[in-house]
Amino acid sequence: MTGTSRAYPVVALSGLLLLLGVLLALPLYIADRPFELRMAILIFLFAVMGQGWNVLGGFAGQVSIGHGLYFGLGAYTAVLLAVKFGVNPWLGMLAGTALASLCGVLVGIPCFRLRGHYFVIATLVVAESVFQVFTVWEWVGSAVGIELPVKSEGWINFQFHRDKTPYYYIALTMLVVVTAGLWWLRRSRIGFLLRAIRDDEEAVRSLGFSPHLYKSLAMAISAGILGAAGVFHAQYVLFVDPFSVLGLHISVMVALFAILGGTGTLAGPILGAAILVPLSEYSRVHFSGSGRNVDLLIYGFLIMVIAVYRPDGLMGLLRSRPVLTMLDRLGLRSVLLQSPHIKNIRKGNSHAA
Amino acid sequence: MSDQLIAQLVVSGLGMGFIFALIAIGLTLIYGVMEVVNFAHGEFLMIGMYASYLAYVTWGADPVVSLPFIALLMFVFGVAVYYLLIRRVLTGSMHAQIFATFGLMVFLQAAAQFFMGADYFAIQNSWLSGVITIGDVVLPMPQIAAVVGASLATLLLYALVFRTSLGRQLRAAAQDAQAASTLGINPSTMYALAWGFGSACVGVAASLLSNFYYVFPRVGAVFVLLAYVAVALGGFGSIHGALVAGLLIGLLQVAMGFFVSSELKFVPVYMLYLAVVLLRPRGLFGRM
Repeated sequence: MTGTSRAYPVVALSGLLLLLGVLLALPLYIADRPFELRMAILIFLFAVMGQGWNVLGGFAGQVSIGHGLYFGLGAYTAVLLAVKFGVNPWLGMLAGTALASLCGVLVGIPCFRLRGHYFVIATLVVAESVFQVFTVWEWVGSAVGIELPVKSEGWINFQFHRDKTPYYYIALTMLVVVTAGLWWLRRSRIGFLLRAIRDDEEAVRSLGFSPHLYKSLAMAISAGILGAAGVFHAQYVLFVDPFSVLGLHISVMVALFAILGGTGTLAGPILGAAILVPLSEYSRVHFSGSGRNVDLLIYGFLIMVIAVYRPDGLMGLLRSRPVLTMLDRLGLRSVLLQSPHIKNIRKGNSHAA
Repeated sequence: MSDQLIAQLVVSGLGMGFIFALIAIGLTLIYGVMEVVNFAHGEFLMIGMYASYLAYVTWGADPVVSLPFIALLMFVFGVAVYYLLIRRVLTGSMHAQIFATFGLMVFLQAAAQFFMGADYFAIQNSWLSGVITIGDVVLPMPQIAAVVGASLATLLLYALVFRTSLGRQLRAAAQDAQAASTLGINPSTMYALAWGFGSACVGVAASLLSNFYYVFPRVGAVFVLLAYVAVALGGFGSIHGALVAGLLIGLLQVAMGFFVSSELKFVPVYMLYLAVVLLRPRGLFGRM
């Protein structure tokens, strides 16, 4: 971190506020354009999910291809509570988040003993098992799924039928809250320990910290965010079925968005969603009429190209020299590329001294 | 329950098991030599199956005849994938490698749908279709062919890896690429060969499978998920492990499909994986 990057915090802050202002005003232009509105909502939703995945996969370095599980659990919890017990969806969101968190911690108990690819396969296997159970479990609607009963629209019922703009603001709020929370988390002692676990778990253990405890904490936060996103999705489409919320493609997409943007960074998942969602939506609209899947052809090719030329994700682009120089001038470098652990170590040293 | 039924279950379990094992051996060979998991492995299987189907409908070549050619084709394909894609992400993190092969997976699936459409194709009336009767036990021919063909292919691979000079070079590059290169072994060539042989294994599996399973763009996912579990259950990089775990999984899923529920037949397999890695975090035969 250079001195120049701290000289302009005002510039950085106003840049972020400007961006937020644009996003807040955007519905004025796209409220009557269902395609664009839906795309913006999906970008926010996937960005939230990517942020959630990133806590475990990026901060703590535990790559999961089973995070669709928590998304699905959140969605199912809210829908089942509403359909079977008439619970308000906002309470459902709390319950969905809490249950997803709890399940994450429970899944972590066996899985966190595993390293590398063994862990990856274990997360996949757990998610697939739950998926298969849900496809045959009658009480949760089996493979057919459950529809949410349509209620009068409004904030209390978390349902909006004619004008979908409120969904936009809810999703945007979720993204801002989650991002701000993770910004704090990354700079906290917990964030520091998570990164240390990613780099060298044994070293963390030797310092007297329990890696399992901190990985569980990361999992709880990560799964909770996915759960909340799942509840939002259920309220948005008013329907859940195993394929659309628990399917393997959800897990894969969430991981891809975060990795494509840049793991372990705050802007990475947002960048990943902001690029991949429009890419897949536009190419679906333009090419998919033929039923030939040209969209996925482009998508797959692009992912390979990025893997080859930007192995650290698109955020890696920001680390190229010309961009760094520009960011330093604008004072945005610390916001986008901060390395809080370095700061924390310094802080620790000054305490010692 | 009759002997007839048990024999049928065992044969179809072993048939599937050997297919899983062969796919898993291909994966684990690549992993063992260079520690890269090929997430597009299922799509390699799909390509092999389309090749087998197309050879049958265009030239009337029975899968038995086309098998060696498909193995060769997949060998070349694997080597090409290594040189065009994998070699370029080797220096990157595990993320980049997962990412690259995921991209390849999406790309190949979409390419298959682009050229072949989403329809299901099956080879009708191949030489190996029908049943064979031993005493009063009637057994499906394609599954028996899968058992025989896959065990022969596995034997060949074992001989190659553990009994030839080339196999020694492969294992040397796997153990320590740097030390191997001081002995005049080019690690990059070995990596390419690992991709070639790993893909050839999948080619053989695809050819045997095309006798009794239909092919469609997403067919890879059906088999490869269990092949990953087989690789991890057996221990990443262990050929013995992949073989044993593949057979175990084949038998278990057929038995569970019959006795419990066909929808949930994979769940016990997944639970077995979790139980095993809980006790042995490196799988059955994995190196510590």
